Amino acid sequence: MNEPLVPDAPMQQALEGFLRALRANEVRVSPAEAIDAHRAAAAVGFEDRETLRDSLCITLAKSADEVARFDACFDAFFARSAAPPRRAVETRAAASETPPDAPELAAQLLSGDEAALETAMEASAARVGASEIRLASQRSLMTRRLLDDMGLRDVEAMIQALRASGRPRDEALAERLAQRRAELFQQAQAYVERQVQLFTPESGRRMREAILARQKLTDIDPEEMRAMENLVRRMARRLATKYARRRHRAHKGRLDVRRTLRKSMGYGGVPFDIVWKSEKVEKPKIAVLCDVSRSVASAAQFLLLFLYSLNEVVERLDAYAFSDVAVSVNDLLNDETVDDAITLILDRVGFRPTDYGRSLAAFFETQGTKLDRRTTVIVLGDGRSNYAEPRLDLMRSIAERARSVIWLNPEPETYWNQGDSKALDYARFCTVAKPCNSLAELERIIEDVLRTYITH
Amino acid sequence: MEALIDGLAGVGYIASRRIATALYMALHLQKPILVEGVAGVGKTELALCSAALLGLPLIRMQCYEGLDESKALYEWKYGKQLLYTQILKDHMGRSLADAPDMTTAMERLHGAGDLFFSEPFLEPRPLLSALRAEGGAVLLIDEIDKSDEAFEAFLLEVLSAFQASIPEIGVIRAKIPPVVFLTSNNVRDLGDALKRRCLHLHIPLPDQALEERIVAARVPGVEDALRAKLVRFVQGLRTMDLRKLPSISETVDWARALLLLHARALDAELVRETLNVILKFEADIAAVEPKIGELLAGPE
Repeated sequence: MNEPLVPDAPMQQALEGFLRALRANEVRVSPAEAIDAHRAAAAVGFEDRETLRDSLCITLAKSADEVARFDACFDAFFARSAAPPRRAVETRAAASETPPDAPELAAQLLSGDEAALETAMEASAARVGASEIRLASQRSLMTRRLLDDMGLRDVEAMIQALRASGRPRDEALAERLAQRRAELFQQAQAYVERQVQLFTPESGRRMREAILARQKLTDIDPEEMRAMENLVRRMARRLATKYARRRHRAHKGRLDVRRTLRKSMGYGGVPFDIVWKSEKVEKPKIAVLCDVSRSVASAAQFLLLFLYSLNEVVERLDAYAFSDVAVSVNDLLNDETVDDAITLILDRVGFRPTDYGRSLAAFFETQGTKLDRRTTVIVLGDGRSNYAEPRLDLMRSIAERARSVIWLNPEPETYWNQGDSKALDYARFCTVAKPCNSLAELERIIEDVLRTYITH
Repeated sequence: MEALIDGLAGVGYIASRRIATALYMALHLQKPILVEGVAGVGKTELALCSAALLGLPLIRMQCYEGLDESKALYEWKYGKQLLYTQILKDHMGRSLADAPDMTTAMERLHGAGDLFFSEPFLEPRPLLSALRAEGGAVLLIDEIDKSDEAFEAFLLEVLSAFQASIPEIGVIRAKIPPVVFLTSNNVRDLGDALKRRCLHLHIPLPDQALEERIVAARVPGVEDALRAKLVRFVQGLRTMDLRKLPSISETVDWARALLLLHARALDAELVRETLNVILKFEADIAAVEPKIGELLAGPE
């Protein structure tokens, strides 16, 4: 398995660059996969583009999404090699006019040696680190650096000198050189633009999302909603795959003595069939009460968004939304798309003054008998009940019946029981009561909840 | 590559370039292939045909929830061990009778004990058979996504080093690594560790030309015009919003059904009667029925 690779330096470098571009475009490439890619490329060679694409795709892309991103990235990255050769006739004439003392770049420009120019550009790009570009705003800076490294200043000096000489022949040469220089400038711009497309999308997005995940739910711009939605969905998906199928656990190697002895009766006491102990992990059963009233208006959308995603994760989820009275929203979550569900829920019960007492009563009426030691109750809300009767007695009954009660409050702890908040009073009956005001916190807490089912 | 495509066509599998490349890479890099795609797109068939092409025995393991290593790798023939102990009881009594003291008797027993945990008492399960196959084998691990995560982790050793450890005997290593296919329907996301060890092949639904060739290879009796028409109909269905889109196996089944009915042309009546071959949900059939004429007319 470990035969050494045939060293083919330029191709390997190109491949390394491609792998970096893939990483930037969210195709995860581990070092081991990079080695595989090199071996795959060595096995099929670089001659046939389609075969190379297929073999790299098979070794590197690990899901349908990644295949799509891989294809796009492959096209963008290897596009530059496909530049058409141009104007051989015109250039041959020009070559003879090139003064012998001209700088190398000027000679290349005048002779129209595209291949040499391209190689020179690649080399310069490597020297100035064009692929290290991280922000689209660095474009013009990078273009300038690239051209400087190629020796554009010498060419500019030469153009000036030729123009100053006053001879018509030199001036014509200067004109042509200036024109070629403008073309080169465009090529360099296009080159940098490709680097931007190849290497920046992820770093910028990742930075934005890292900030969003920590941002307070109450401070989020409506403009950031889209990005936030994706983030929430990915978090829920992560939780889903983590916990979706770990429902049965066998105690491997532990003998079930009782059942083994029972079975051995049929064989005259010889334990012919042995039975091992196993354990069924109970499916999580979760009841969620989500506050969508005025006081938590800004956070409500995200709480609902998370509720929606959670509904896809957990099989038995009873979801209620409330302002002044709790309404079951299971059907909406199951049948509607995420946007419709949120809009409908907010239409139906959202943005009204809160009444925790009545909401708890309504919840208890329908859910009370269903609460048992397998149910976890999660309340998302600020506990601000507009000075209405908080019905702490109901909270106590709920806590007594359920396995645990978790209260997630978008307000920081110092605000609890200030003004009309009853958060501390409710918190007495909760297994856990925590402030939770960013998606990162929300994910961590929900994950803890789910984990208790796996390891209990 | 062309040779592989032709070879697969020879055993009745019409492969796209990407599929052939995947098989080529699997043979060259000695890595397992993870095949993904919707049900009925030819994932399992690919393994069957590769086995036929390579002339290797196919060892198939169907995954399900609760599958563990005793069912996948090996098991001790517990009953046989017990029977032998019973039968050999007298013999053992005799050989132990002349032992002067407890220690000697114990030592003799130790020698005998290892006998019972040796290869003759080992019941090989699919993975072990694949590793021990003389001359290699094609191992098909079907629907890996249905197994537990723990089992997936256990597979890592087998898939990356082509070896398995049995505590009582030691490490069993494959002389010739088997060609491994894993198939997945995406019931759950597989772990990254497993994905990393595999080549990843996603088989999409085929386009018109490829599907016609597949039908031609699988159901040779169908006339060209009818074949083109029925494939176009199915392709049309796939653009609709249905619960379960018909995949290749449904197209092939339908072609067979039409052949049995001696159909020469495709008309609305015939389609309506045989729609249950390609659509598996009542709701889907109800949704398609009013549009049959439209779909038959095609997008020309």
